[in-house]
Amino acid sequence: MATKVQAQEMAGGNADEGSGVGPALVLLLGWLVPGGGHLYLGKWVRGLLLMVSIVAMFAIGIALQGKVYSAGTGEPLDMLGFVGDLGAGLLFLLARLMGWGQAPVLVAVADYGTKFIVVAGLLNIVAAVDAHSLASGRKPS
Amino acid sequence: MTITHFSAVLLFSLFTSIVFGITQRSQPPMMVRFGAMCFALFVLGTIGASWAMWLIKH
Repeated sequence: MATKVQAQEMAGGNADEGSGVGPALVLLLGWLVPGGGHLYLGKWVRGLLLMVSIVAMFAIGIALQGKVYSAGTGEPLDMLGFVGDLGAGLLFLLARLMGWGQAPVLVAVADYGTKFIVVAGLLNIVAAVDAHSLASGRKPS
Repeated sequence: MTITHFSAVLLFSLFTSIVFGITQRSQPPMMVRFGAMCFALFVLGTIGASWAMWLIKH
């Protein structure tokens, strides 16, 4: 059974033409700013809820003295953590610029903070991909 | 900032469930239902795993 996108392609149309917005741009915006892709598409409530959730999760992670990973340590687990953190887009860049999350993790809640920061980045990637699906027509609404 | 372990579970579950609800369903009523289900599963799963670890230790 053909999906909506496949049906549009078979009919000679492009799935991207419906929204009038480049899905790649929406993906990039959604990655840089949590919820930004949805806001750009006019999905205000969803965008704001995503923004509040992801920014709050990242901020709580920083407040709990969680670790912000950096590249080039050579440790495989650190590299995975770095990829997760990188998903937060500009929040990650801000944390690096401000020097947040550089103290060693000494207590259990700080380790929770590290997980909050990584998961905030991963959730932001999920949100950005969802915005891309909306822009490309793969997700109906 | 210091929070209890249970508060951390609640906050993690809340924010994660909101994102899952919005991104994994298309219609708002289904988003709310799926988000609520994820929240309940996160919290109850954590409590269940905690009791399982306590039973293993004792």
